Amino acid sequence: MVRSVPLDVYLNVAVSGLLTGLVYGLMALGLSVIFGVVRVVNFAHGEMMTIAMYLAIVLFQTFKLDPLIMMVPIAGVLFALGYVMQAGLINPFIDRPEHSQFMLLVAIAIIMVNVLLLVFGPDARSVQTSYAFDSFAFGPIIVDATKLYAGCAAIVVATALFAFFRFSFVGKAIRACADNYTGALVVGLNVKRLYSLTFGIGAACVGAAGAMLTLIIDVTPPLGPQYTLLAFVIVITGGLGSMPGALIGGVLIGMTEALAGLLFTPSAKSMFAFAILVLVLLFRPQGILGKRAA
Amino acid sequence: MMARLTAGVSGRSWVLIAALLLALIAVPFFANDYLLTVLILILYLAYTGQAWNIMMGFAGQLSLGHAIYVGLGAYTAAALYVHFGIAPWIGLLAAVPVAMACGAIIGFLAFRFGVAGVYFAILTIAFAEFARIGFDHISYTGGSAGLFLPVTQYTQNDLWNLRGRPIMFYYVILALTVAAFLFCHALLRSRIGYFWFAIREDEVAARALGIDTFRYKMAAVVISAGMTAVAGVFFAFYYNNLFPEQVFHISRSIELILAPIIGGIGTLFGPAIGAFVLTGLSETMTEVLHRFGFEFPGAKQVFYGVCLLIVVVALPDGIWPWLMRRLGLERRT
Repeated sequence: MVRSVPLDVYLNVAVSGLLTGLVYGLMALGLSVIFGVVRVVNFAHGEMMTIAMYLAIVLFQTFKLDPLIMMVPIAGVLFALGYVMQAGLINPFIDRPEHSQFMLLVAIAIIMVNVLLLVFGPDARSVQTSYAFDSFAFGPIIVDATKLYAGCAAIVVATALFAFFRFSFVGKAIRACADNYTGALVVGLNVKRLYSLTFGIGAACVGAAGAMLTLIIDVTPPLGPQYTLLAFVIVITGGLGSMPGALIGGVLIGMTEALAGLLFTPSAKSMFAFAILVLVLLFRPQGILGKRAA
Repeated sequence: MMARLTAGVSGRSWVLIAALLLALIAVPFFANDYLLTVLILILYLAYTGQAWNIMMGFAGQLSLGHAIYVGLGAYTAAALYVHFGIAPWIGLLAAVPVAMACGAIIGFLAFRFGVAGVYFAILTIAFAEFARIGFDHISYTGGSAGLFLPVTQYTQNDLWNLRGRPIMFYYVILALTVAAFLFCHALLRSRIGYFWFAIREDEVAARALGIDTFRYKMAAVVISAGMTAVAGVFFAFYYNNLFPEQVFHISRSIELILAPIIGGIGTLFGPAIGAFVLTGLSETMTEVLHRFGFEFPGAKQVFYGVCLLIVVVALPDGIWPWLMRRLGLERRT
């Protein structure tokens, strides 16, 4: 079943998987930030990403605007969506049991997928940029321009996010909520508002990632649930709540899928991602970079 | 045994239950085939919901991958029938243990390694997805091209091979649902039911009281998996075709747990009432949208999602506890 291929093909596939994995990582980062602070698992994560992808496609098709530039306003729109979702719907559910929160987000996800289906129909759509077929050669390795740009953009956005949480006042306040809920209330932080901000930031991450992904994959409405699952796999592999963990998990899963697709059959590639997830859950449930829950 | 089953049930409840059962038995004499298929779907979801409820509602273990047990049951019995002509009732003897073994593996790994809460839920999704992609590549069961059970026009119902008209399937699934209801009722009145409730409410406290939590959580998973596999066998012989993409898909797992959550988690009537409300809602919406000529892909599901959202926000405990208060059926203390 295993095919034999020359070494440079492996390298090419690995690099391509690495770059795609960075974008996956940014998507998963959104999920991780939300879970780390709000302690709610966003089961509508992939669906939110497809919304961003359709925004990017509409902007490109009507105004010829490049998704890599448009990712800034798209992230802004998704931020607003996330903020409103948390403030209006999810905040009242904070103290409810997990299955109740799960139902709420599943209902939201069902609505999102099907509104997209109503508006855009079931056909796959894609973005054809002027540099869609460009590539760079680094020695024996040939890298697609789209993947390289998307991967670099993912690193830039992730770095900005790290800086925000480390240095800004609001970022520190959000981390305080995550570390000690009661303590945050005592020092007078408006926790509910910070939760809404956090959900907005998580949504902005997935929005930016969605805009980048339109360069790499075609989009259809049912893509949502698939990417929700992928985000889970990545975040748990890297460590739920750990920001660098999400990026590392993304790269690991991206490369695994790419290499598994090359070595076995592309349709079986996700099986390897789920196998990694099961192994991580069993032997290191806190994830590669996660901290053991007390 | 009978005394224990009937203790504490009010006279008013008896009348209502008897009336409901009689109505369900009599329905096929009045209903057309369309209504019958809708009722089969409702009872199927009520049954699977009841099975899932044992794990989540009773023992507090959130499984989001129950499609794996449906799928394993369906594929085992269907493969035995297609390849060896083994009747489904015999196939059950293989399908149920296969699903139970799978449940035992998942449960053992999760509970031994301390995978709990959200992590447990995602582990169950991972196993179901693993099975979905795996079955896509097993050529013995047709792979992604699907496994088909031979279908011919039946003039008479062959109950032994489960080949026949909707009315036969209706009575089979009705019997299964009633049996599952009685079984769960008995479980709740027994020692194990109280142990499960203790684990659900506070696992640490339960262990401190001397309950072997590992053992009883395992029991919940294995019983639930076995019951769900029976539904899988029914699924295979009712629909006559199996595709990994449909049977094991996450949306199947979600569909299966909507009824008990909407109906009322941990209650005996919750799964049935949830299945009735959700399926009724969905079918009514199809009909209404059809009347108004508003038939776009996704339109129905959007309304469905909105209704779901409203129920989740308005009735946090589900429909049944609310309805019970309305009907004045609250348990007398």
